[in-house]
Amino acid sequence: MTEQAPGSHHPQPRPRSGGPQSAPVEHVTGAQSLIRSLEEVGADTVFGIPGGTILPAYDPMMDSSTVRHVLVRHEQGAGHAATGYAQATGRVGVCMATSGPGATNLVTPIGDAHMDSVPIVAITGQVASKAIGTDAFQEADICGITMPITKHNFLVTKAEDIPRTIAEAFHIASTGRPGPVLVDIPKDVLQARTTFSWPPQIDLPGYRPVTKPHAKQIREAARLITQAERPVLYVGGGVIKAQATAELKVLAELTGAPVTTTLMALGAFPDSHHLHLGMPGMHGTVAAVTALQKADLIVALGARFDDRVTGKLDSFAPFAKIVHADIDPAEIGKNRAADVPIVGDAREVLADLVVAVQAEHDAGRAGDYTGWWEDLNRWRETYPLGYDQPTDGSLSPQQVIQRIGQLAPEDTIFAAGVGQHQMWAAHFIDYETPATWLNSGGAGTMGYAVPAAMGAKAGVEGRTVWAIDGDGCFQMTNQELATCALNNIPIKVAIINNGALGMVRQWQTLFYNQRYSNTVLHSGPDTPVQRNLGTRVPDFVKLSEAMGCVGLRCEDPADLDAVIEKANAINDRPVVVDFIVHEDAMVWPMVAAGTSNDEILAARDTRPDFGDGEDD
Amino acid sequence: MSKHTLSVLVENTPGILARIAALFSRRGFNIDSLAVGVTEHPDISRITIVVNVEELPLEQVTKQLNKLVNVLKIVELEDGQAIQRELVLVKVRADNETRSQIVEIVQLFRAKTVDVSPEAVTIEATGSSDKLEAMLRMLEPYGIKELVQSGTIAIGRGARSITDRSLRSLDRSA
Repeated sequence: MTEQAPGSHHPQPRPRSGGPQSAPVEHVTGAQSLIRSLEEVGADTVFGIPGGTILPAYDPMMDSSTVRHVLVRHEQGAGHAATGYAQATGRVGVCMATSGPGATNLVTPIGDAHMDSVPIVAITGQVASKAIGTDAFQEADICGITMPITKHNFLVTKAEDIPRTIAEAFHIASTGRPGPVLVDIPKDVLQARTTFSWPPQIDLPGYRPVTKPHAKQIREAARLITQAERPVLYVGGGVIKAQATAELKVLAELTGAPVTTTLMALGAFPDSHHLHLGMPGMHGTVAAVTALQKADLIVALGARFDDRVTGKLDSFAPFAKIVHADIDPAEIGKNRAADVPIVGDAREVLADLVVAVQAEHDAGRAGDYTGWWEDLNRWRETYPLGYDQPTDGSLSPQQVIQRIGQLAPEDTIFAAGVGQHQMWAAHFIDYETPATWLNSGGAGTMGYAVPAAMGAKAGVEGRTVWAIDGDGCFQMTNQELATCALNNIPIKVAIINNGALGMVRQWQTLFYNQRYSNTVLHSGPDTPVQRNLGTRVPDFVKLSEAMGCVGLRCEDPADLDAVIEKANAINDRPVVVDFIVHEDAMVWPMVAAGTSNDEILAARDTRPDFGDGEDD
Repeated sequence: MSKHTLSVLVENTPGILARIAALFSRRGFNIDSLAVGVTEHPDISRITIVVNVEELPLEQVTKQLNKLVNVLKIVELEDGQAIQRELVLVKVRADNETRSQIVEIVQLFRAKTVDVSPEAVTIEATGSSDKLEAMLRMLEPYGIKELVQSGTIAIGRGARSITDRSLRSLDRSA
């Protein structure tokens, strides 16, 4: 099944006829047909939990020699694991759950994958056909529930439809703009007798993603690039999904235009490259944010002008013409009008753009961005990313994350939770290659890191996978450490433990007069703790050990490297390191929500005075 | 804001109407009227949607509709180039004194009286929404007891058919 092959594109559904007519027909149950289909489609790992209605599928699963099932501890873990697997490998991730609560527990990771366009297929059991609509035990209308958060979903009504539906689900999930697809199968359909043959004929007359960009638009874009004085290549996650990073590098070096990669695109362009300005947006670098604001041309590639990037939309990049290339036509013009709209796969767009720009150069028309680079370099040098060391001898969270990045083996994959630690991991770890940075960008799902790291590690066994998590996030999904310990998935987890819901606390510091309502994790209202020494209830070291992991703790900057090295040396079990860090560290720079990017607050040492005087 | 009539060809699959209605509501668009029925091809349904939006949001909602896997084709039918019809059934209070006046109005609008009782007449009328509004204005003084209206359906003028190509793509013997 070629749908699984990275980088393969299928602009058209498979022809409806002309397939091998003599494919051997097997007499099977619906459940066997499902497992056979997963084998044929190339699914090598399924994350899930059995239950009443999906039970028939778990029987033939036991006999499959190619499909490995990882028994998770919560269905949310299965969903994020499928997402982490997909983001790390470029293949479709698969999760499975029973009906009712099993299925509804998948809702958050499905919504998360939808926001970040991650190809996953969720397979859920459903109550028997005759019981649908009767409020039967463990019944939930999961197709109705997930309708707005899936790319598509199916309720299978006949066992004979299972192979075609699975093939279509994988095809839809992985082609065009990728996304989650849910397949809901009633128990009686899994139990019914049917026949199985492969490949089935895909029948999707309404699904025809456009991958080949329009030549005229490409020429127009190339012309604008060479005419511009202040261009920026604004690169989004689509470039990683289209595996277009090599083409991006060629275009950037050919034009000499600066590059900014969004949170979803870290690794699409080497962080160390001299053309790279860093990340744009709410916590972007001053250079990247300002470059977009001052640009006369923005070339958006697989990016969607998300509000976290644009800030107040009305005042975003007021001088810029927009070239917007995306595989999803609905993204073009959705938030910002495009002067040159290009619908197409990012890889084909970039390849064509390189040729068109080269043609402009050959005709003696090349862009001159010398003046622009003087500005850019000045912003870069004046406002580099940085942080201050705490004066009380405690650990700096930024330094912890930076050292983890520096001491990690090459090709290490990092998965972050959501919050301050996520932004610091975006800032202070260098991403040189694609698919080494996994995070929940669009949905901002706390608890993403541990299960996503598990999924990534299951997909790329030879490589180190570090989860960078917060003490808040970690407490949402750490149960999957037991899954990791028992299934030989030795991930590493860094808990950036500041005893608080750090990002929310930062907003309370800045916008709510330092009233820390319900962001304290290290103590409760009736158990006040004088000094924040991080969350100690639960004791993360003991908790990790209880779940079969190695638990380590680091509180002293002097021990930092030694503890990280120790964690890096353990590869037979999951390792969790509890880093007790300073609670007042903040993420800078910052564009306050709802304000213009022109109001970017500060970079290092230039934070406006908020009158609190207590931040480091 | 202006009215736009969209003809949406969809695969005749369960739940397709829910998908379309849900898309409109979650993207913040109000549907003025909606009519669904099968086409000359039993596998294809045609949904006629009238929306009241600006040009740009209309483009966005059309693109979002196109992303639904079961949606085959969307065509905006412009006023001048299409025939639009609605159906109303209206029950009007009538007695011996007013009945003949009401019947006269019915004839003026080329409508039909489909049911008569001592206290009321029921009228069936088809036409553009303008014509039906005018008729209802005329009937109003007599007392409208009950009114039911269909959604607008519309078809383009001339020989060309919007289903041609979609039908070809569904032809399984191709």
